[in-house]
Amino acid sequence: MALMEKFRKTEFYKSIFRHSYQDTQRNRALQIVDNVFLHLHPVRVPRHATNIGFTWGMGGITFLLFLVLTITGVILMFYYRPTAQYAYEDMKYLMNDVPFGPLMRNMHRWAAHAMVLTVMLHMFRVFLTGSYKPPRQFNWVVGVILLVLTLLLSFSGYLLPWDQLAIWAVTVGTNMARATPLLGHEGPFGPELGMRINNDVRFVLLGGTEVGPPTLLRFYVGHCIFLPLIAVIFMAVHFWRVRKDGGISGPESKKNF
Amino acid sequence: MQQFLEIISKPDNIPIILLLVGAIFFSWLAWTKARRNDALEVPVEAALDDKVQVWPYLVRVEFLATIAVMAILVFWSVFLDAPLEEAANRALTPNPSKAPWYFLGLQELLVYFDPWIAGVVLPTLIIVGLMAIPYVDINPRGNGYYTFKERKFSILVFSFGFLVLWVSLIVLGTFMRGPGWNFFWPWERWDPHYVAVLTNVDLSELLFNIPTRLPDNSINPVAMLFGAVVVLGYYSIGPVYWMMKRKDDLMQKLGLVRYAIVSFLLLTMGGVVIKIILRLAPMAFGLNPVKYVWVTPWFNI
Repeated sequence: MALMEKFRKTEFYKSIFRHSYQDTQRNRALQIVDNVFLHLHPVRVPRHATNIGFTWGMGGITFLLFLVLTITGVILMFYYRPTAQYAYEDMKYLMNDVPFGPLMRNMHRWAAHAMVLTVMLHMFRVFLTGSYKPPRQFNWVVGVILLVLTLLLSFSGYLLPWDQLAIWAVTVGTNMARATPLLGHEGPFGPELGMRINNDVRFVLLGGTEVGPPTLLRFYVGHCIFLPLIAVIFMAVHFWRVRKDGGISGPESKKNF
Repeated sequence: MQQFLEIISKPDNIPIILLLVGAIFFSWLAWTKARRNDALEVPVEAALDDKVQVWPYLVRVEFLATIAVMAILVFWSVFLDAPLEEAANRALTPNPSKAPWYFLGLQELLVYFDPWIAGVVLPTLIIVGLMAIPYVDINPRGNGYYTFKERKFSILVFSFGFLVLWVSLIVLGTFMRGPGWNFFWPWERWDPHYVAVLTNVDLSELLFNIPTRLPDNSINPVAMLFGAVVVLGYYSIGPVYWMMKRKDDLMQKLGLVRYAIVSFLLLTMGGVVIKIILRLAPMAFGLNPVKYVWVTPWFNI
């Protein structure tokens, strides 16, 4: 203990931890402000914001699941090659021979499903408490974009195992694109505008006329790089706007009633 | 029944069960809180507006929630493997082929609409409509607390869209649609050879016996005109209601642009319900189900 006390007085320790841990108002505030991760929070919040019955915790859980998905996803990338030749073999290898491979993949899949669920429930809560009302209108719009990105992330990941479940679910989903008005070769006014099976919006999405090897690569790059990057940007805006729009929503004050 | 149990216990369908349970539980929770607030002069949240320090009062909640979520997730992942079927094979189409669970409500809509509506227009309108909510809801009350009586209309519309249309269509599409996308009750076996005898008719044929197509298979202009009158007439409820009520306080505050957006989205939502009923209800009376309301050479509705 004495050694620890000595260590606490060194320049090295003080360069890492800027304040002591005595339970004072000031230290509680510094604990938040001096920490890059915690400073996402204000120093103080209204009491109802700590009530899980009010917030349901769904927004925070969504972010936690996103972090879990990032970490497990990066680990999965070490064992996976996004080509029609190897993708399924790599899945089998992962599920049967890689230590903790099944655990990583299962966590990735169940966290992904759970994230779609928590995003929906978060939106439901925000609606029911009227938290999209002024001044938070735009953050609701950002939230809707994040909902769409979550669905796209989940959908693009669905193809990667390259098994029957994956390829046919994505076939069913992307078949809708043929019917896009104006831009799809089976959509209203599509053929009139020169859309064919090999130049319409579905062709761009799939990189071919059917779900094939180019689709796998496209979805892989979208799933691992493009979509997470966009999602992170919108998440940054979303969290920042929560603070800038006055923190967590709540009734203005007792006086207004 | 055994088949139904197999389907609901498929690993990939667990989120649907959780969605169902979660939607019911959280609706109940929000309803309880709304009723409690509505009975009070001042909502409970307003009485709790004194500030507390984030460290430790909020951070500890987050910490506990993180542990709980991680524990559940690890438990779930240890005991249940993510599905991995046979290698992808373009020559072998499973029947039924289903999209991921969160899109099954939209896939179910394919029964009632052509793909350009069910797969493109309606999803786009859902997204745009959700984004429009804060800008068309001009009711300043109920901001930041649970209430029902202060915003009955918006809560009823949103809950109908989420709970009835979104959640229940996902449940229907996943658990009750078998081979050939035929409907099966939970106690029925999914028979891949089951052939549903369906003679689809169009609305003009059902109501007035006006055939959609002439003997040479070209489109009957009378039927096309009838369809146009029905569809455009339905959407003209919006402008007509505006003309009737435009002097009202609410309409004055709402303004023409907001009103046009709200009425269009609401009528479209109602139209989805009407089309589902047109498809299902006639069968209950031994009539043929309605396929289209309006048939043109370019698109069908």
